[in-house]
Amino acid sequence: MSKKTKKWQAFMERNRKSNGYLMRKTIFNIGYKICRAILIFGLCFLIIQPLLNKISLSFMEEQDLYDSTIVSIPRHFTTSGYKLTAQLMKYWKALGTTTYISLLVSIFQVAAATFVGYGFARYKFPFKNFWFFMVILVIIIPPQTIMAPLYLNFTYFDPLGLVSLFTGKPVNLINTMLPYLLLCLGCMGLKSGLYIYLIRQFFRNVPKDIEEAAYVDGCGKFKTFYRIMLPDAKPIITSCFLFAFVWQWTDKFYSQMFLRKYTLLSTSLSGLSDSLDTFLKNAGISEKASMAYSSATVATGTLMTIIPLLIIYVFAQKGFVESLSQSGIKM
Amino acid sequence: MQKKKRKMTLATKNAITGYLFILPFIIGFLLFMLIPLFQSLRMSFSDVTVNPTAGGFVMEFVKLSKYNESINIDPEFKILLLENLRGMLVDLPATLIFSFFVALLLNQTFKGRGFVRAIFFMPVILSSGVIVGLEYNNAMLAGMKDVIQETSNSSSITTVLQDMLVTEGSQAGDFFQFIFDLIDHVYDIAIQSGIQIIIFLSGLQTISPSMFEAAKIEGCTAWECFWKITLPMVSSLILVNIIYTIIDYFCRSDNEVMEYISEVTISKMNYGLSSAMSWIYFVCCLLIIGIISLIISKKVYYYE
Repeated sequence: MSKKTKKWQAFMERNRKSNGYLMRKTIFNIGYKICRAILIFGLCFLIIQPLLNKISLSFMEEQDLYDSTIVSIPRHFTTSGYKLTAQLMKYWKALGTTTYISLLVSIFQVAAATFVGYGFARYKFPFKNFWFFMVILVIIIPPQTIMAPLYLNFTYFDPLGLVSLFTGKPVNLINTMLPYLLLCLGCMGLKSGLYIYLIRQFFRNVPKDIEEAAYVDGCGKFKTFYRIMLPDAKPIITSCFLFAFVWQWTDKFYSQMFLRKYTLLSTSLSGLSDSLDTFLKNAGISEKASMAYSSATVATGTLMTIIPLLIIYVFAQKGFVESLSQSGIKM
Repeated sequence: MQKKKRKMTLATKNAITGYLFILPFIIGFLLFMLIPLFQSLRMSFSDVTVNPTAGGFVMEFVKLSKYNESINIDPEFKILLLENLRGMLVDLPATLIFSFFVALLLNQTFKGRGFVRAIFFMPVILSSGVIVGLEYNNAMLAGMKDVIQETSNSSSITTVLQDMLVTEGSQAGDFFQFIFDLIDHVYDIAIQSGIQIIIFLSGLQTISPSMFEAAKIEGCTAWECFWKITLPMVSSLILVNIIYTIIDYFCRSDNEVMEYISEVTISKMNYGLSSAMSWIYFVCCLLIIGIISLIISKKVYYYE
């Protein structure tokens, strides 16, 4: 007798003893597992489908786009779409600038947020709750509310009348990177409040004994922060950095306001269909790109923009998810 | 008795160090948040003209006329605002239920759980900023759907069901219409709920298994366990998620009201009007957050 039939017999024996309960239970369990698998597959497909669709569109030739018999697999396989999009977006230059700016901005943001978060978590000082409420307020207030005065303030930059005291008139900072970096240093950049909140949450959970041991051994306040607490907080800082980098990469609002001078991937992506129209017009091919063609080009551009992010996500997936779930978000 | 030295106490020292650490935030908050916020409030009550020779901008006080203009005169703003708030109220329960459901699924053990979790979290990374806005303009997909429907000459199950269930005028018909609206944008809900799923998941994982064990021994079914243990234990996270969802909804880059306000600011240079609009919107959102969290926080159960 083979092993399988033996097992089956034993199962039937147990089933008989339990008056058929075991059988029912097993069937129910298997059915439940199948249903769950189908459900999970469906939901995953729902999320991935636009990405797959974009990939297939990006490899199609223009004639394939109008052919209703082609749904996902291109008949005329081509990579010319990528070449054209790269040219229109000034891809390599934009990629370089975007990487540089995103790195700079996220380093500034996370550095400021780390200091502030540590201060909130580890020290007692008057009006602490008030200031923390202000952090929450910063998360809630949409940046669009203060956009107009902020824009005007940086166009005529003159804090407390100091600049005009020295140079005689306010400076126009709007075409430099300085305003945005100042915002990031002041924790008012893109989603800075959220990073402060997450980092504070992390530092609060570090046991007090470590800090006290450091003090007893003669470590100063700043040195304790630098030598003891910072190395401990590496995971949360990394994940905040990753979030800052990724969100800065795709950000349109702040880039349009402060970084207009730079060719960024996000801004050139949002202007892609217009530049396709101009390109076709100048080349004398047609007055305006067809709906399908410009959509396919935009899909290619989107893919090219998110490919670096996808690579980061694949390698640092744990960093994104784990530290967020470990930080113990509680109200 | 020791003589008291004229030195700072530990508490004062700590306070000073604490303030040193949060100094960047205080400076940033005062310069780049509080002052602009007051200016924007002032702008919303005045007529702003940019005057480069006078070194800046001139404000002329006009009382509530900008608010009046944005609600009663501007053709688009009021419609957009109402539609947006309605959309938020529809999306909120849908996002919550969806993310809670997915978190429950992902909390069970099965093969490839990490992979599935990575997929659900992916939209947080990829569908932010410009890309969300582009997703909406993807008329290509909508066109393709129409073509497929015309050529295949058959209707989907949902449309047939919708025809059967949605009858004009009746209460139940409205309810079913609401459900079908949700089904139509289940994709939007799925890509919006990445962070909410993670928050719920982390909450579910902190519930100690001994609680379920005890309940099982007392004869609790899985259904009862869910209502008596799981739901109360994550109820504080429901509040967090509600607030997060609302904030996320009105800070999103494809928010039509926000887009309209930016357009008024940048293209039409009407700073007073745009400030008034954004204040109206902001106050609406604050009201919604306040009311909802007042209602919910009374039902939240804190387990310590």
